[in-house]
Amino acid sequence: MRRLTWERVVSILLLTPSVIAIAIFVYGFIGWTAYVSLTKWDQLLPDFTLVGLRNYQKLFANQRFRIDLRNTVVFTALFLISCLVIGLVLAILLDRRIRGEGLFRSIYLFPMSISFIVTGVVWRWLLNPGSAELGSTGINSLFDSLGLGFLKTGWYTDPKIGIIAVVIAATWQMSGYTMALYLAGLRGIPDELREAARVDGATEWQILRHIILPLLQPITLSAVIILGHISLKIYDLVVAMTGPGIGFSCDVPAYFMWDTTFRGNHFARGASIAIVLLVMVAILIVPYLVYSTRTEAEL
Amino acid sequence: MTTQLDEPRGSARPKTRWQRILIYSVLIIFAFFYLMPVYVLLVTSMKGFAEVSLYRMWHLPSGLHFDSFSKAWFGSVEEGFRGLNVNFMNSVYLTIPATILSAMIGSINGYILAKWKFRGSNVLFLLLLFGMFIPYQSILIPLVQTLQKINIFGVRLYGSIPGLILTHVIYGIPITTLIFRNYYANVPTELVEAARIDGANIFGVYRHVLFPLSMPGFVVVMIWQFTSIWNDFLFAVTITSNPATQPITVGLNNLAGSYIVEWNVQMAGALIAALPTLLVYIFLGRYFMRGLLAGSLKG
Repeated sequence: MRRLTWERVVSILLLTPSVIAIAIFVYGFIGWTAYVSLTKWDQLLPDFTLVGLRNYQKLFANQRFRIDLRNTVVFTALFLISCLVIGLVLAILLDRRIRGEGLFRSIYLFPMSISFIVTGVVWRWLLNPGSAELGSTGINSLFDSLGLGFLKTGWYTDPKIGIIAVVIAATWQMSGYTMALYLAGLRGIPDELREAARVDGATEWQILRHIILPLLQPITLSAVIILGHISLKIYDLVVAMTGPGIGFSCDVPAYFMWDTTFRGNHFARGASIAIVLLVMVAILIVPYLVYSTRTEAEL
Repeated sequence: MTTQLDEPRGSARPKTRWQRILIYSVLIIFAFFYLMPVYVLLVTSMKGFAEVSLYRMWHLPSGLHFDSFSKAWFGSVEEGFRGLNVNFMNSVYLTIPATILSAMIGSINGYILAKWKFRGSNVLFLLLLFGMFIPYQSILIPLVQTLQKINIFGVRLYGSIPGLILTHVIYGIPITTLIFRNYYANVPTELVEAARIDGANIFGVYRHVLFPLSMPGFVVVMIWQFTSIWNDFLFAVTITSNPATQPITVGLNNLAGSYIVEWNVQMAGALIAALPTLLVYIFLGRYFMRGLLAGSLKG
């Protein structure tokens, strides 16, 4: 046990304001939201009468929330797959001593620096299908002029595939990030490994398949967790691009929460959605956080 | 914390001409995908009002017109919508102080957690980090209630820029602390010990050893915070309901959600909203990358 010196006291004092702020604004507030989710607060004026888990029961019976959960699953699955595949392919190709690599990298990654609101506004126009009478617009008209007219669809105006339109915009924004993660991973693999395999007569494909890809697994895990928690929380993009859509075809829990809380004043219901969201994110993130800080040296 | 992207690599160059053509084609097709929205943004916002038509979205403008920009910036009294100039300046007044404060707090916290570890400091760090992944929906209701109650020297926090600054600084603590902690962890402990032997105390070590080495750390953190605060929508739309105090993302969303605003003006507005972070990305991209990789914990 180290001696308690004045410097140790100072070091703890310096950390204290942040610790208190996080204790209140993160943990205290989460606790308060959890409490609100157990009350009857259903209008502008607070009503803290406790009703147990009734809000959660009603929530899981709620048609809109069920659609939202399904949308979240579809969105997360498609978004993860497309980001991982595109990111991995681009990283592997870029790793092959490409001329102009820096330029390609910058082009793939710049959408990360832009707000989801900007992305949403632009993609809303790009995926605006136009109309049968007046002609196609956006991507659809591009398909027409490229002779790919059969690819035209209603995008977010079609309730069946509405959420896919949002996936396209989200992938546009985030796949460059996966590329960067994978590329950093590839650059971390020692040359000797590949050299040794080449000496043993392995083809480039075999090296990729049996040496590189297994070594990239931790990166895939990180990417799944980072992208997964972003996709569970996705909100801004939906607001700017589609709104809840026809029959809530583009709605997500985060949107429902904001809508019902701050537009509808159903505070208790909003709080219960928020807690469900938090639990989903925590299931994903907590094991990863604990694991990452355990393997301290790598952090 | 090094960018591993620029280190030498062992992947083979494409062997045959066909391989090379294939690889470059894929890379170029993806480059088109990422640049497509930028193309539409640029050509649309530079078209004169006479040639703006959704059906000619992909056509080049006849010349350079800046009508769309001036309309998006100043608004239009006749058509009855606000311009983005007020929102843009609000974002500036919000982002600059919040970024600087965040970086200072992160630097102090990072210093203590990297060089003045105490029993339980790793658990504390873990608890701090969790705050960076939570869906903010789970703290919004108490946040609004709290900000509505606080009134410092006549400055109301709810609905004001100072309220937003406070919010961003507090919820920025985890990521800024993380980046600085990892950054300082790479500073050799021998340097700190040498300074201790020379008689430097806890402040002296920071001032004479860590702080002078901190420049790259500050750049990474400030770019990260600048980008995320400038691009934030959720806090902004929840805390500021008065158009005169709303930041640019909310202003853009209102502009784009209004049926009286032509789509080319919306596109010009999107470009205005994206420009500051895009410029940061273009000129300081390397540091932006480091922040991104740090955000995935394992960098």
